[in-house]
Amino acid sequence: MKLNTNSNAYIIIYSAVLVVIVAFLLAFVYQALKPMQDANVALDIKKQILYSLNIRDLDGAEAEAKYAEVVKDTMDFGGQKILMAEINDEPIMIFEMKGMGLWGGISGYMSAHFDMETMNLKVYGAYFNHEGETAGLGAEIKDSQEWQEKFIGKRIIKEGADGKEKVALSVVKKVEDPETQVDCVTGATLTSNGVDEMIKRTFGIWTGEYDFAVDESELTMVLLKACLSGNDSISDAELEKMLKVRKVKEEE
Amino acid sequence: MALFSKQNKEVFTNPLNLDHPILGQVLGICSALAVTSQLKPAIVMGLAVTVITAFSNTIISIIRNTIPNRIRIVVQLVVVAALVTIVSQILKAFAYDVSVQLSVYVGLIITNCILMGRLEAFAMQNKPWPSFLDGVGNGLGYAMILVIVGAVRELLGRGTLLGFQIIPDACYDFGYVNNGMMTMPAMALILVGCVIWVHRAYFYKEK
Repeated sequence: MKLNTNSNAYIIIYSAVLVVIVAFLLAFVYQALKPMQDANVALDIKKQILYSLNIRDLDGAEAEAKYAEVVKDTMDFGGQKILMAEINDEPIMIFEMKGMGLWGGISGYMSAHFDMETMNLKVYGAYFNHEGETAGLGAEIKDSQEWQEKFIGKRIIKEGADGKEKVALSVVKKVEDPETQVDCVTGATLTSNGVDEMIKRTFGIWTGEYDFAVDESELTMVLLKACLSGNDSISDAELEKMLKVRKVKEEE
Repeated sequence: MALFSKQNKEVFTNPLNLDHPILGQVLGICSALAVTSQLKPAIVMGLAVTVITAFSNTIISIIRNTIPNRIRIVVQLVVVAALVTIVSQILKAFAYDVSVQLSVYVGLIITNCILMGRLEAFAMQNKPWPSFLDGVGNGLGYAMILVIVGAVRELLGRGTLLGFQIIPDACYDFGYVNNGMMTMPAMALILVGCVIWVHRAYFYKEK
């Protein structure tokens, strides 16, 4: 008997069977490969964190070992992840950042340390990632190591004209204050704005410019203590001076 | 019919020369431009497309007599999409760096005109074995162009091949500079144009 392959019933049954078979197949493949994919993603995140510490060109097991050696602790402040690292006995904080680019999400890690002379929070290194920015334009935030290195040494927080602390680190079209500003990526203004906004929001946790479910003065204390633990050369008086510089009212 | 009869050989070799998917049929240009800035993703993309064209051709050819004519494009799409998803999952598990580099283009293999073109034009009318050969031939023809363009772009744009430095440091000391233009997608278009020109001028014979 020859089936009428053009009857409605045949078409409906055919497509239903086909879709069910394909769905089972895909679900099986996904489940079978998931552990390996998760391991890859976890390793990739570790690599990104190492990039933000200016440790590049490491592969697989090497990166894993270096990460274990450098990164000491992971903390979570109301969803804001902050990692503690130590390089050459210097404490460094790594901030996880998430934001929006032009076509999709962007993310990144920015590591920061206290400049021991001026007690300013400065950028130690930065790495950005994106989901779907245009290659050669917005994607430069990830591809251009040169651009990421422009952040190194910039001050993150500075007092504004009104005397309040603000996140001063910014990505701008025209650099007026080389101490805190980074030139944006040519031809990718909107992606650069996304990076700018992402930085402002991440470090806003510190200055209280953005609403967070954390007490920023408490956060500063915790971070400073974590940073300075094991460092005996800094006295309580100096720590207090630091806190003053950070404008933290201890009564609060 | 023998496995490698004259007919079958033609099915396999035609896409490599006369009926080349990119050079002759001008299919699949879009992704050829996108993934060729370096050699490694170009090779992986070429292999992925070859595997997918070969298997989708075979599968569609096996079930070609059962496919209702009115929804044949939908059926083809479902088969291709399933294969592409599987390949992309395998890449993520075994070659994560490459899958990140290829990013959306793996998913976009679904819309690669070579696939749908071969399914409609060949697999729907032919037996599984010739369809398989046709898929492999077209995939390899596509991969060939990707590799040529990828190699030229990486060599001139970065001075490396597969990440290994080819142009010696001495040249850079004499003032040689990598051509940054080569890493831009526009250069791929020009290079593909050059390859088509050479092909038409020296290898292509009108039937």
